[in-house]
This record gives sequence, C-alpha cells and structure tokens, in this order.
Amino acid sequence: MIKTMSTTLHTCKRLVALTAALCFSSCGGIQSAINPAGPNAQSLSRLWWWFFVVCSIVFVLVMVALLLSLRNRTRESSELVAPVLEPPAEAERRRRNVIISATTLSGITLFVLLVVSFSAGRSLTADLPHKNGLNVDVVGHQWWWEVRYKDVDASNIFTTANEIHIPVGVPVLFSLQGADVIHSFWVPNLAGKKDLIPGKINNLWLQADKPGVYRGQCAEYCGMQHAQMALWIVAEPQEQFNAWRQAQTQTSIPPASDSLKRGQQVFLSSTCVMCHAINGTPAGSNIGPNLTHIATRNTIGAATLANTRDHMAQWIKDSQSVKPGNKMPQNNFSEADLQALLDYLQSLK
Amino acid sequence: MSHEEEQKDLVSHKKAQKAQERKAFRTTIADDDLEAAMEGERQELERTWARPTGIRGWFTDTDHKVIAMRYIKTAFVFFIFGGIEAALMRIQLSRPNNHFLSPDQYNQIFTVHGTTMMFLFAVPIVTAMGIYLVPLMVGARDVAFPRLNLFGYFIYLIGGIFLYTGFVLNTGPDAGWFAYVPLSGPAYSPGKRVDIWAQMITFTEISALVGAIVVIGTAFKMRAPGMTLNRLPLFVWAQVVTSFMIIFAMPAVMLASGFLASDRLIDTHFFNPAEGGDAILYQHLFWFFGHPEVYIIFIPALGFISPIIVTFARRKIFGYLALVLSLISTGFIGFGLWVHHMFATPIPQLGQSFFSAASMMIAIPSGVQIFCWIATLWGSKLNIKTPLLFVLGFFAIFVLGGLTGVMLASVPLDLQIHDTFFVVAHLHYVLIGGSVFPLFGALYYWFPKWTGRMLSERAGRWNFWLMFIGFNLVFFPMHQLGLNGMPRRVYTYLPETGWGTLNLIASIGAFILASGVAVFVVNVVWARRAGIVAGANPWKADSLEWSIPSPPPNYNFHNIPVVQGRYPIWQMTVDAPVVRGLSTTKRETLVTSVMDAQPELRFDIPGPSIWPLMVALGATVALIPGIFTPWAFLVGAILTGAALTAWFFGDPNYENKTARETGERSETVSRTPELQPKEV
Amino acid sequence: MEFKENFPAKAQRRKEKLQRRIRPVFAPLRLCGKIFCLLLLCFASCKREQRQFAQPPSNFKSYDVTMSDLHPGSPGLPQPVPNPSDQRAFDTNEGKRLFTQYNCSGCHFNGGGGIGPPLMDEKWIYGENPENIYSTIIEGRPNGMPSFRQKIPDAQVQQIVAYVRSMSGQLRKDVMPTRNDTMNARRSEQRTEREKPQHSSPPLND
Repeated sequence: MIKTMSTTLHTCKRLVALTAALCFSSCGGIQSAINPAGPNAQSLSRLWWWFFVVCSIVFVLVMVALLLSLRNRTRESSELVAPVLEPPAEAERRRRNVIISATTLSGITLFVLLVVSFSAGRSLTADLPHKNGLNVDVVGHQWWWEVRYKDVDASNIFTTANEIHIPVGVPVLFSLQGADVIHSFWVPNLAGKKDLIPGKINNLWLQADKPGVYRGQCAEYCGMQHAQMALWIVAEPQEQFNAWRQAQTQTSIPPASDSLKRGQQVFLSSTCVMCHAINGTPAGSNIGPNLTHIATRNTIGAATLANTRDHMAQWIKDSQSVKPGNKMPQNNFSEADLQALLDYLQSLK
Repeated sequence: MSHEEEQKDLVSHKKAQKAQERKAFRTTIADDDLEAAMEGERQELERTWARPTGIRGWFTDTDHKVIAMRYIKTAFVFFIFGGIEAALMRIQLSRPNNHFLSPDQYNQIFTVHGTTMMFLFAVPIVTAMGIYLVPLMVGARDVAFPRLNLFGYFIYLIGGIFLYTGFVLNTGPDAGWFAYVPLSGPAYSPGKRVDIWAQMITFTEISALVGAIVVIGTAFKMRAPGMTLNRLPLFVWAQVVTSFMIIFAMPAVMLASGFLASDRLIDTHFFNPAEGGDAILYQHLFWFFGHPEVYIIFIPALGFISPIIVTFARRKIFGYLALVLSLISTGFIGFGLWVHHMFATPIPQLGQSFFSAASMMIAIPSGVQIFCWIATLWGSKLNIKTPLLFVLGFFAIFVLGGLTGVMLASVPLDLQIHDTFFVVAHLHYVLIGGSVFPLFGALYYWFPKWTGRMLSERAGRWNFWLMFIGFNLVFFPMHQLGLNGMPRRVYTYLPETGWGTLNLIASIGAFILASGVAVFVVNVVWARRAGIVAGANPWKADSLEWSIPSPPPNYNFHNIPVVQGRYPIWQMTVDAPVVRGLSTTKRETLVTSVMDAQPELRFDIPGPSIWPLMVALGATVALIPGIFTPWAFLVGAILTGAALTAWFFGDPNYENKTARETGERSETVSRTPELQPKEV
Repeated sequence: MEFKENFPAKAQRRKEKLQRRIRPVFAPLRLCGKIFCLLLLCFASCKREQRQFAQPPSNFKSYDVTMSDLHPGSPGLPQPVPNPSDQRAFDTNEGKRLFTQYNCSGCHFNGGGGIGPPLMDEKWIYGENPENIYSTIIEGRPNGMPSFRQKIPDAQVQQIVAYVRSMSGQLRKDVMPTRNDTMNARRSEQRTEREKPQHSSPPLND
C-alpha cells in the first residue's frame, strides 16, 4: 500500500512537472499578461509574480502538512480502533497553538498582499486626470471597435476602427463607452481591462514602452461573435506616429485611374454606402467601421483576417462564413465590379 | 488497547443496548418477551408510516428519504447533461478555428452548462443531502414540513424540464448563466430564450427556498432530547448556515430575473439607461445573489467533510467551536464580496477596495477549517478508503482554488485575469474541488446507509484517480491560458494566439474526467445488486444516522434516543434513556426547544398528500405561459390559491390509509412524553 | 405435488416483483413525458428562434405586385407570398435595428410619420402585404419614397418588411420586438394593438 502510494506520488510529480513545463513554455506571446510592454502591465505582472510566489509557498506548506498527517496509514479495519474522545491535553494544546499561529500568519500574509495590491492599484489610476498624453475615445459595438482620436483642434479629430496606433513612451488616456451591450477593452501586454458599459463612461490609461504590435480582445461576453472581436494596438516611435496621424486626418485619396473611379462608383451605388463612411465622398454612414484609410489597417473584421486582397474579397462576398452572425450582409457583385471595388479600397491609404 | 480488549468493548456495547431497551420497559421481563414486544411496536410503526403505493403514491409520497433520493438522482442526471455540454465545448475548443459547433450552438451550450451546473445540479444536490440526513442526524422521524418538501421537488423538476425543453427546441438561453443586460435585454436577445432562463430561475429559487425552510425547521425544532446546539453535528451546522444564506440570497436573484423578465415582457425600464435605468443595477442584484450562491454550494460540502474525517481519524474533531464559528463567519462574510465580480466596471476604486479586503478576509475562516481538519487527521491511524480519498482530493484541489481566489481578490490583478480562462480554472477548482469531490466522498460514505450495500472500493479508487488526474489536466492549463490572454466564452480562437496546445491538453483531460464519472455510475448500478451488504454502521461512525438499520425504516427511529454527547454512538452509556410514549398508530414525532433540545410537544407529522403537486402545477401555469403573456400570472395565481386552500384546510390524513382505518386524527398534544429515569 | 402447486404462485410473485420494480420507474417517466408534451405544444413554433445568417435568395419580387383584390380572367389570385421573417423574432428585431440605422426613421419617425406617411396606423397607400411593402422599399414610390434597390440586400429588406408590419401589430405577439434599449417614443410593438389594414389614397400634393 505504501509502495503504491509512493509510486503514485512519483508519477504525479512527473505529470505535474510535464504540465508545468508545457504551461510555462508559452510564457511569451502577443496577448500575454505576463509579457508586459508598458508600465501598467509591468506593475501588474510584478504583482502577479508576488502573488504567485506567496500563494505557491502557502500551497506547498499546506500540502506538506496534509501529507505528513497521512504518515500513519494502515490497512487494518477501523472497527478495531476505539475512537479517541479524550486525546492527551498536551498534544491538543500544541495543535491549538500551531493552528493559532498559522491562522495569524495567514491573516498577516493576506493583509500584506492586500496592501501591495492596493498600492499597485493606486499607481494605475492615480495620475488619470493629469496625464498629458493622447486622448482616444473607444466605443464598443457588436463586434468591432470604433476609435476616435480627440484633439483640442477639431481638424485633428478622426475616426478609425479596430486598430489603434500610439506613440512609444507616451501615456494614452482611453475613454471607453459601449454603444449597444457591455464589452471589455483588454490589451494584456499593456494594461488590465475595463468594461464598456452603455450609459457609462469608463477611463483607462496605458503606455507602451517598446515599439511593437499588441493584440487585444473583447473580454466581456457580448453576443454571437464575442470570440472574434479583437483589436491591435500598434506602438511606434513618435515620428512614425505623427506621420500616421497626419495621414489619418486627411480625407480619402480621390480615385485617379478609371478602375478606381469605377470602384468608387460601385461603392457609392451599392450596399456599402448604407453602412460605411469614406471621408471626402458622399458616403457618411457611421453604422459600420470608417473606411477612409482602410488600406492602412493590418486586419479586417476586428482582427479576424489579415488585410489582403483575397481576404477582403472573401469578406465582401461572404463575411458570414468567416464571422457568422456579424452585421455585415453577404453581397453579390459581378467579378468586374468586385475587382474594381477591391482596387478602390486598396487605394484608400 | 489490545485487540481482545477492544473486542470486549464492542460486545459490552451491544449488551448495553439490550440493557437499555430492557430499562425502557422498566421491567425485568425476559429478553425474548421484550424482543416480541418491540417487534410488535415496530410492525405497528411500519403500518402507520407505510408509504403510499402505485402511481398516485409516487405523486403523494412525502417521506423525506424518498424525496431526497429523487432530488439526488434528478440532480445527478442534470450533472451528466451538464457534463455532456462541457464535453461538447471542449471538443469545439480543442483546436483553433474549429467548426464542430456553430457560434449559436456554442453560446447556448455554455449558457446551459453553467445554468445546469449551478441551478439544477449543485444547489439541489447539497440541499438533498441535508433533507435526507439532517432528520437522521438529529433524531427526528421526518422533516418539519414534509408536504412543502415534496412541493419543492416538483417545482425543481418542472423548472429543469422547462429549461431543457427550451434547449432542445433551439430556444435555449444564450446570454451566459449570468445573463448580463443589455445583452440579455429585449433589444439584443430577441425571442424567448432569455425569458426561459429568467423563469427557470424562479422555479429553482422557489425550490431552494423550500429546502432551506425545511432544513432550518428540522434542525432547530426537531432534535432528539439532549442534543443541545453545542452537540449539533457539523454536517447539520453546515446545512443550517447554508439554509440561512439561501433565504437571504435568493430574493436578490428573484429581483434580478424578475426585473429582467418584466423589462422583456411588459416594457419596464429597470435596466434601460436611456430611460432612467442602469445596466449595472442588474450586475449588483445578480452578484449579491451570485456570490453567496457559490458559498451555498460550498458550505454543505464542508459539512460532508467533517463527519468523514471524524470517522476515519477515529477521534473527536479538533476545534469544534472554531469550525462552527468558521462556518457562520464564512456565511456572513460571503454576503460582502459581490463587487469582486465587477472590478472592471466604473465603480470607484475606494468602494472596490472594501470588497477586495473582504474577499481576502474570507480566506481566513476557510483556512481555519483546513488547519483544524489536518489537526484531526494528524497522527491518527488512517485506513484510507474512498470517502477519505475524495476528502484528501478536496484538500489538494480546493486549497489551490482558494489561493487563486486570493489572487482574483486583488483589484489590479483581477483587471488582468477577470473574464479569462484563469477565472474558469479558479471557479472549477473551488467548485469541483470544494464541492463535487466532497460530494462524491459523501456519496460513497452514505451509500451504505441509503441502500444497505457498500460501493466497490476498487472501483472507488479508479473513480477517484481518474477524476483527480482528469480534473487537473483539464483545468490547470487554463490558468496559463488566462494569463496568455484567452478570454472566456469564446467559441473559437485564431491559430496565431498559440493557445492550441493547452486547449488540446484540457480537452483530453475532460474525457479522462468523464470516464471517472462513468466509473462512478457503473459502480452504483453494480453495487445496488451485488455490493457487500452493509449493516447499520459499516464505518463504525459516531452520529445518530448510523444507529438505525440500513436502509432506514420509514419511521427512522423506533425509540428516539436521548443524546449524551457530541458523538452520540461513541458516547452512548449503558443506561442511556430513550424517548417513549410517541404514538405507533399515528405519525408523531417530538418537537424540542431550539437551544437545549428540551422536549416541548408531540407533533403530528402530515402524511402523504396530492396538494403539493397541485400547487406546483398551479405555479407552473403561472410561470411557463407567463413568458408569453402576463395574464397567465392571474390564472395561475387563482389556481395556486385554490390548491393552497385545499392544502391548508383539507384533511391531512386523506392519503394515509392507516390513519383512515384506525380513525386516529391529527391533533397537537401539549404534554411531554415520559422519560425513563436513570436507574442503576 | 408441492412443487406443482407452488409454481403458479412463484410465477405470480415474480410478476408482482417485476411490476413493483417497474412501476416506480414508469410513474416519473410518465410525469416527465406529460410535461414535455405540454411544453412542446407551447414552443411548437420554434421558427421564432431561427437565426439565418447565410441568406438564401429571396422569393419576393418587386414588380408584378398587385395592390387590389380585383383581378380579371379565370386563374385565381396570385397567392400572397409569406415572409419567412414574419415568424422569426431575430429577424423582426434586426428589422427594427435597420429601420433606425438605414434612416427610415428620418421620414417615418417612430411609426407616426411626418415627412413620410405613418406606418403604425391602419392606412396603407400601396398595400399592406409583405410583397407590397417589399416592392415599396425596392422600387420606391412617388411623392418621396426612395428606391433602395441594390442598396439594401434582399434578406435585410425582408427583415425590415417584417418589422414594418409589426409596427401596426400585424405579427404574432411572441415574434414582435419589445421595448427599445434606448429612448422609447411609443409603446413597444409587442404591446401594440393589431390594426385592421385599410386602403388609403396617396397624400395630395399641395
């Protein structure tokens, strides 16, 4: 019996080690909370590791105590053991003292963890009103992100979707609103999440310290396509960001060639114009994502597909096969019209 | 003590019981005559407490053991359904961009999985354990309100069937088991899916409230003389605390689901921000219930663990007072935690911090309990049978889950791991580890009492290890998945996220876990027919339910014992008195005082009745068509009122054939029965 | 002798034992069965919950649509084309969303009319059947109704048609939308009394 227990324990240990190895092998990742790229996420990641270490120690101690209490195992039937109703007082007192100390220690540990967590929390929100960085409004729709860059100068305000560029090292203040149902804005590499609740405004600031692409995802169940409502935050050096921002504030590039003109005609005379806006054309509907600079975005469909010509064609013809239930209907274009439309959309830089 | 001395102890124990019975008759008549007289009494009792037969009998039987077994079997069937839904989800998530389930199917399945497990499995089954065992442990012949108990079962059954019928007909709820507005509101959940969910909540919450009332009534007023509150078994303490929690928590979800149903049906604006409502109001109302709900599921399991540990450690529990106070304080503090589900909402940080502190603080009473149990086990000669094995599994799994709970209690850390698979891992560790593992241990422990046969020990070991290994394989990788950014409630994920490997491991583990449950089912089916026959007390345990035959007779106790200590069987003396004078020709039990269990009066227990079913059907007429039209409530209310009138003012003995034959009628008699003085 | 006598008794006992075992199983099964059938009746029309994302081609046409019951010649009246969206709660809800988002409410407001005629009353200028409304939307009408041909996909037009009919309470109650999750300017469609559609003449040009 004892032998089988020890071999079982051994197998268990190997299994645990294997699982741990597998788990921690994927410690990085573009959407990982423990791969921080900014001060917010850094402080949270540190907090995580503190909690992990303390809780692991507690767990190991409790398990050791439990296993030690199993030392006196037997195969004999318990009928033959008379129940002990008056255990020796000395042993009982010792146990009581141990438990009281353990409980006190637990209380102190929890208090320390509470204080550490509270101070980490304060560092996340303390400077909220004073941050002099970028102001971005994010409105969550079913199932895409509307992004509005704010500015004191109204001509610098523009709307885009699903992809947010930020300059490296500059704090960005997000003002989060929900348009229909509750969503949650979460970019793990940069910050914790905040909910987008209709009727309320929620604030979040974050900052990227390294250039790169960080993937975020909606983290509150919001309906059929909650699973495919992701976004990209692209952190780039200040000059690159300024250039990008400058380009985004421009209206759309007018079509130059015949094919592009035909593409624009297709756009304006078909279902596209009912939902999508392209600044500088009569298309002004804000039901769907703004397409003025669609060609500069890396993904379509809220980071569901990479922004290539083929994917765009598939998305236009039959987005329901990629993201069933999303609000974009299927469309029937002739091949020539479709190619012209694709040309036009790809020209919208 | 040597082996021979211990054997002598057992023999003298048996002699003491016989002497006790002789003393009860205050005579020195010979053993045979005494036996004959007792047998005669037993036969009369069996006739009086006979269960009604036939189809009508099934609908009118109010025996608490029968009702509890029905609850347990029904809840287990729902557990299997919930498990199938979980298996389907794991298959869908095992690979990125999988097309096994459509998003609509997946959304319905995860909603129904959560709803089934929380409302149709976990709460009913722990309440059922109480309904079966609390009367036996406190020395009562039935529960305090047998007909109400039966009504609770029917309401639960109808609610469960209602939900699953909707699910089968593509009308299963798909807004999550918590159904946040505005997603579950009228504009974003068209059709009747969420209405079915909201109404099913009404059914199951009525059933839970009924169970709570029954347990409290029985535990406080129907204890055997001598069982003061200080001697109440920890199982009963846990059930009492849980019942009080149910009474305070259920009304909150009643409000939440009621307001949601009324927003959807009759155009109210409780949760419409544009017209003065608030979407967060729903979250507050729901989680004010939702957090105590998980403690309602968890605390009875703590009550399962204490008797198992006491029996196997063969010693009194260490720290009885600490354990009782821990149970009560967990119950209290559990009501102050609910905002930790809402840390990502714009609630001010100062407010959130109170709940963060409370969420960490609640770990302390749980910790005290763990330490006390380990102290009880320490140094004892343990023969590790399956019930104890499951309890050890509880320790490993629940402590890990509790510690991840402490992590989630921290507001900033929660903002990273909230609504990710980390929370999925945490909740399954605490619920399965903290409730399902003790539940399985309890099923193995009390199965001999319920059926008279032992479950197979070998199958039990396979059951445990398959479940333990399978469970950890499924849910441990989810911690990592959550930290790697995988949110909850997603029907698929992209390959470039890198979550595929861990998800595949989890899916494989799910099937191992399922096979463990399958072994349990096979074990039960086999043991019913071929298990070792168990006597009254196969585990040589200490509490009163082990002093009556297995399975218990309908009347539970022939002579209600007078309890002399916290461990009644172990502390029974040679001249322990019993209660005599309760009628054998009508259903009677003893009602005692709350604090010290002093006998107060002889109470006529109502017998079988058709009216609980009728009231349940009346409520059904109000509630099910009520999702289509509010007029159903009026019609249903009238029908329910009529049925209630018949219940209260009808003849309580109508279904009880024996009572009708003997002409004995119900009455309340306010004289205390005679107790035998202690003669030397 | 004894054995023969006991045999029928034994068989009888075995039969009773079997019945005793089976009966407790039948009773709950029967109860469940009855409840299940009852609920099936309640939910028989579960087309209500269908969600069609991949759209089949529409069986509506916008031309050749009659507004009157008068019909020359012998073959019978063309049967009114049923709108499958009329049976689906998801579709009527989508119709409501599209009604606002495609700016139908810009002229028809919340059904009370203004620039365009009201849609929640009993008067129908161009016909109240689904194919009439479909034709109105696709072809446009004199006096200001734009044509949305190729602007709104057929499946969405069907959804809007279903919604428009629900504005005067024409659909089954459990399929019609309930209150808005925004400002409410009128009673929800589900609680609107069913109007009896009547023909009306077009508005006069002043």
